Amino acid sequence: MIVRILGEGQYHVPDNEVDALNALDDAVEKAVTMADEPTFRNALAALLGHVRAQGTPLPAEELVPSDAVLPAEDASVEQVKELLTDEGMIPG
Amino acid sequence: MKRMSMIFRAKANNALDRAEDPRETLDYSYQRQLELLQKVRRGVADVATSRKRLELQLAQLQQQADKLEGQGRQALGAGREDLAREALTRRSGLQQQIADLQAQHAQLQAEEEKLTLASQRLQAKVEAFRTKKETIKATYTAAEAQTRIGEAFSGISEEMGDVGLAIQRAEDKTQSLQARSGAIDELLASGALDDPTGTSKDDITAELDRISSTGDVELELQRLKGELGSAPAPQAIEGSTAPGGSAVGQVNVQKEGQA
Repeated sequence: MIVRILGEGQYHVPDNEVDALNALDDAVEKAVTMADEPTFRNALAALLGHVRAQGTPLPAEELVPSDAVLPAEDASVEQVKELLTDEGMIPG
Repeated sequence: MKRMSMIFRAKANNALDRAEDPRETLDYSYQRQLELLQKVRRGVADVATSRKRLELQLAQLQQQADKLEGQGRQALGAGREDLAREALTRRSGLQQQIADLQAQHAQLQAEEEKLTLASQRLQAKVEAFRTKKETIKATYTAAEAQTRIGEAFSGISEEMGDVGLAIQRAEDKTQSLQARSGAIDELLASGALDDPTGTSKDDITAELDRISSTGDVELELQRLKGELGSAPAPQAIEGSTAPGGSAVGQVNVQKEGQA
């Protein structure tokens, strides 16, 4: 699957990593819901770390949509909430 | 993570649905991409400008801190521990500012690097999009093109969304920094810090000048007295005990009271 980390670009991650990624992603989502910043920091770092470790960066000239988009490493809980609701993010 | 990719996808699809002939959307989108690319390049330039200004300010602050240290040493040499203490106190205040700015500088540099990379990625994708759009327009009918366009369009939209966020971040960072820079400029311009034109002297410099010129005068006086063959003067001791400001003030008050 193709995963984008905002601010970093896209990674090609082997399909057999999906379960592991989903588990890590659940932890992030939970921390966002609870607005628990420290837990969120660790969970996000773990998720992004896994993508970087298991994935290979996609060549810049490759033009494919991602299956998943992840926030940047330094994003805060608030920013992630905004990303999930913000309307004006994508130039059209 | 599923939801976020859905947002990107939905936006790309909406844009496509609005177009009567999706091939027209390709040209329009390409124009938007070029505009965004321009904006990103300006963003990189802005961050670089802010970074350079910060470097200049850091150098000025460092110079000032070094000068205060030298003054502290000078004051101590002249037996003025109070003045030395004052100079070192100011220096430690500056050191704090410097450390603070250095942290900001590192942040800004990281931002600049990220934005530069983002701009390179976007450029590569815009280039790929241009090639793809020409192929699609030349080869496929409107109906066939629809699906091909969808993919290219989603891919580029996502990149544009990502880089759009990166610019926004960089803009926010540089804006808050510019406010900060203004404050430091004011600090540099005030007497508290060095005046690069050298026209006005801060109080420590003035005091040190006074000490050294007083010393010079005393030496000169001794020399003249030596030449005249008169006794080395008890006068000099009297002269060196300068009246304190408050004593002068009291005298004035008394005079006014008497008048």
